[in-house]
Amino acid sequence: MIRWLLLLLGGALLGGIVHLATIILLPRTATQDAFARLTNDAPVNSVAALPQPRPEKAAMPFMDPAFAAGVCRYDLSNGPLKLTVPVSLAYTSVSFYTRYDVAYYAINDRAAGRRVIELDLMTSEQKNAMPEDEDVTAADRLIVESPTISGLIAIRALAPEPGLMPMARATITNARCAVQTAAAAPATPRR
Amino acid sequence: MRLLTSTLFALIVASAVGLGLTYFALTRGAAFGALTIGSWTAWPKTGTADADPYARANIARTGQLPVALGDGVSFTAKSDDNGRPLDGRCDVVLYGVTPAARFWTLSLYNNDGELIANSIDRYGFSSQEIVRRADGSFEITVSPRANPGNWLPTAGVDRYTLVLRLYDTAVGVATKAGREVPMPAIETRNCPDDQARSRP
Repeated sequence: MIRWLLLLLGGALLGGIVHLATIILLPRTATQDAFARLTNDAPVNSVAALPQPRPEKAAMPFMDPAFAAGVCRYDLSNGPLKLTVPVSLAYTSVSFYTRYDVAYYAINDRAAGRRVIELDLMTSEQKNAMPEDEDVTAADRLIVESPTISGLIAIRALAPEPGLMPMARATITNARCAVQTAAAAPATPRR
Repeated sequence: MRLLTSTLFALIVASAVGLGLTYFALTRGAAFGALTIGSWTAWPKTGTADADPYARANIARTGQLPVALGDGVSFTAKSDDNGRPLDGRCDVVLYGVTPAARFWTLSLYNNDGELIANSIDRYGFSSQEIVRRADGSFEITVSPRANPGNWLPTAGVDRYTLVLRLYDTAVGVATKAGREVPMPAIETRNCPDDQARSRP
């Protein structure tokens, strides 16, 4: 009797370990997470506008129907990325997610404080490798460090009323995300 | 033989306990750092790089992108203030005010996170569309039948989830439930089931 109780206890303890292991391993084995769902529709290092969520079809569950959304699936192995998002009239935000859909940074139009949100996305190694001349470290250059080499940038623009959706969608259409060419000098930003 | 059976027994117990706990944790949407106000619950920490393993597993399982904390906070309600599950056949009224935010949106989903088809293609409200009272408070009727004022159609589904997202808000990880974060009350009024039951 005692023996079975001990076995039960041991089994339960082992079960706790199994539980923790499955929870920790799950994001790495998930095949239907947001990143995987978007792999087919979103080309690497360019902005793909997501269709408006509809009852019969949505790119992801729990998408906000009041927003026009676009994603940039990035891969930093070829160098840092430059992201440019024009600000729409109502509310525009840019959120950064790792490969495992964990949000690590977000900025909105008011925090960016301009009519265009401009960001440089790079890994810590790429940031450390940057030459330290004043043009590069200029304070008006917003640099975001990505903890993973690949990930997602979600660009969202609010349509405060359904009639303003075309305006919100235009923000997504005009957003750009592209790998910076190695020689691109940030001193004279090109339009 | 005895060793084999006891090892087997312990392993079966371990897998049942372990996988069972994982299943419950994921279907209940458990994560640390929940902020509960009335019947609304938010997980502000899930929108940060500090998201705990349960939150990460949940994100991966549902396939959604969480609202990042620098963007906003997302509050979810599956039941009314009396703990009764939200029923699409009843008239449910949301009333009150929201915490300070530049914008907010209210959306209605089924419990899988899909929008619900309805005749007027309305899936939610934004803070600018809402008709308010003179004091700034509002009332939204969530019901299957058309209603005057702010009407959010349910199309008569069994169960649904309301999501109130605050954008550009001070509500976050450090927020405690209290006076400074007033969330709208949710009240079920007028349910066809009740009338059927109260009738002799």
